[in-house]
Amino acid sequence: MTLASLATFAIALCLLVGAIFTLVAGIGLLKLSDPMTRLHAPTKAGTMGIGALLLASMIHSYALGDGSLHELLIMGFLFVTTPVSAIFMAKVNIHRRACDMPPPPPRDETWATLDVEDDAPEIGNPTRPDRTRQ
Amino acid sequence: MTDMTDLADVVMDWALYLAFGFVAAAQIMAIIRLWIGPETGDRILALDTMFINAIGLIVLISIHQGTQIYFEAALIIAMLGFVSTVAYARFVLRGDIIE
Repeated sequence: MTLASLATFAIALCLLVGAIFTLVAGIGLLKLSDPMTRLHAPTKAGTMGIGALLLASMIHSYALGDGSLHELLIMGFLFVTTPVSAIFMAKVNIHRRACDMPPPPPRDETWATLDVEDDAPEIGNPTRPDRTRQ
Repeated sequence: MTDMTDLADVVMDWALYLAFGFVAAAQIMAIIRLWIGPETGDRILALDTMFINAIGLIVLISIHQGTQIYFEAALIIAMLGFVSTVAYARFVLRGDIIE
């Protein structure tokens, strides 16, 4: 087995792992039942899938001869930014009362996400008080 | 020895086509979730997933064509995806993007 065919098998393995993780992320996004459970599926599995695909791309560039590592930029950027956007989307779910409410904070009155005036219609949530499931 | 090289090429081709199909199916599922909602957070999440799957599809195209020319496109889509997700979430949370 030469080094080139070994690299090709490694590319195929990384492609399969990334594709299966991405497909599982899509199925989880479509089939899960609750907004917070739907949040967990793509933010973890999607990042792992894209990481494997970018790893396949890096191995492929080395197998072609002109090796380059600049897919690491995309990988690092995604690994840093995905938790940040995930926590923003979780805050959106809490703000819209689309999930179970967190317990009251130990020191203050309420959470900052829920602390909106009732007379601010665009950021308050007066339309759906029935979504509060506490 | 050339047997092994042929086998590796066949496996690589099938893995590439399978990856195209899987990522495209994940993209279609994200589009369905974007369509049916039902919550605002679900739609933001579906858009974020569609950005990530678009990066995956571009990486697959660059592997298929054997070039490095699509790298900047994937990087720019990654950056714009993060910025737009944060902008959507801040608009829902604060009613404004830049206060």
